[in-house]
Amino acid sequence: MSLIKAQGLGVRIGARQILRDVNLSVRKREIVTVVGPNGSGKTTLLRVLIGAQTSSEGAVVREAGLKIGYVPQRLAIDQAMPLTVARWLALSGTKDRNRHLRIAGQVGISGLLKQQMSSLSGGEFQRALLAEALLVRPDLLVLDEPTQGLDQPAVASFYKLIEGVRDDIGCAVLMVSHDLHVVMRSSDHVICLNGHVCCQGTPTLVSAAPEYQALFGFDTEGALALYRHRHDHRHDHAERGGSDAG
Amino acid sequence: MTTGTTTQSAAAVMLDDFLWRAALAGTAVALAAGPLGCFVVWRRMAYFGDATAHAAILGVALSLGFSISVFIGVLITALAMAFMILSFSGRVFTVDTLLGVAAHGGLALGLVAVTFIPGVRVDLVAYLFGDILAVGHTDLLVISAGSAAILVALWLRWERLLLLTLNVDLAAARGIDTRRENMILTVMLAVLVAVAIKIVGALLITAMLIIPAATARPISRTPERMAVIAVTVGVLAVAAGLSASFYWDMPTGPSIVTAATVLFAVASLFSLSRIKSLH
Repeated sequence: MSLIKAQGLGVRIGARQILRDVNLSVRKREIVTVVGPNGSGKTTLLRVLIGAQTSSEGAVVREAGLKIGYVPQRLAIDQAMPLTVARWLALSGTKDRNRHLRIAGQVGISGLLKQQMSSLSGGEFQRALLAEALLVRPDLLVLDEPTQGLDQPAVASFYKLIEGVRDDIGCAVLMVSHDLHVVMRSSDHVICLNGHVCCQGTPTLVSAAPEYQALFGFDTEGALALYRHRHDHRHDHAERGGSDAG
Repeated sequence: MTTGTTTQSAAAVMLDDFLWRAALAGTAVALAAGPLGCFVVWRRMAYFGDATAHAAILGVALSLGFSISVFIGVLITALAMAFMILSFSGRVFTVDTLLGVAAHGGLALGLVAVTFIPGVRVDLVAYLFGDILAVGHTDLLVISAGSAAILVALWLRWERLLLLTLNVDLAAARGIDTRRENMILTVMLAVLVAVAIKIVGALLITAMLIIPAATARPISRTPERMAVIAVTVGVLAVAAGLSASFYWDMPTGPSIVTAATVLFAVASLFSLSRIKSLH
């Protein structure tokens, strides 16, 4: 039984075909991760699934009464709007103060409730966003690159937090991520996207797939290095870029 | 007073007094402009408000030309202008450019159109800068009804509009019809322009939206607090502006906006000194 399902999804914006023939489904308690290069339509896919963008072809089928907790890629809180963390959490629509305190404790922002959202650090801010999404009592948590701009330890602890939350409240998780090594460890299902679904399956299956390796520029050795030497890989990219220019 | 009004109730006497009608009308506009102005500030719609308000002069010309109520004429042109901007924005020109064209084009077109109206010479100054002291019974009724409608709509959709303002996708994920809410906000703005044109005039309507909200910002911790303080500032500005106008014979609309600006300066200086003392 799927919580949400995309069937033959296509999105065309102007003359550009952003997505075509995307099929995917997220089941209860499952962690599904979408990976893909920049401009591969990851954010568009999430936006169609949450109902923020209409599709040109295909359909999205949601379980009746599906509650979605969404953490957007960027949330720029304008300096013009005063907003304490407590007030932000109240926007979830949950009035229960005890639940606010419990979730705030769970994501580690208990001491920040009276702070202004604009005064939080990057990691604190992401946790505050996650807390609000959790207060919605979601069946499905949708996260769009939730660890953008965080340093390595913060990224690791954020994913640990998400896994813990999934086990605790039993929601499914659908996320877009660039943190390939972490994704491969903590996902149940990985979807490799580049305008269409290149390949999908368990992390081991996907990381061995030639489509995936072609997309991220790994050779067979690189696929192994994926787990351990992500930094080397990135560095390698930069060097290649440099020598190309020279 | 020694006039023979013993048979009339106190309320009737009050409403008969043009100054009281002015005060009530001004307060009604300030009540709606406070929270609505907060959204204008949060969503950076200041120029949008300007364009809608300036187009109102075209509405005045049309109403006089077709002899329909000025309120209706202004409401229709303000709405038309707002939706035109919404549907054209982001296509070829940036919103900023488009609004610049719309605001000044609308105003100029209105000013030209007025000269073609046969018969009576129209006192445009009243519509450009407001004529709050000429508010009649019907005006007061229309202004109060318009403001009340805005306040009720804002009350009912407050959380939805806040979410939408923070992040469109977040609102959509929560099942909010974002296009519809945007449209409702636009309609509210057009209604406010239509009821406020008599109070402060087309050129200063945006001031009534933005200055109270901006005054409230540095001394607020939550959106709700900001809205309440903005209302207070607006009401104070109306009272001060009316008094100044009455005692020193100053133009009323500009006096109200001047009073609001003084309050803004005071609040900004206060918060500045508080920040300094913290360090």
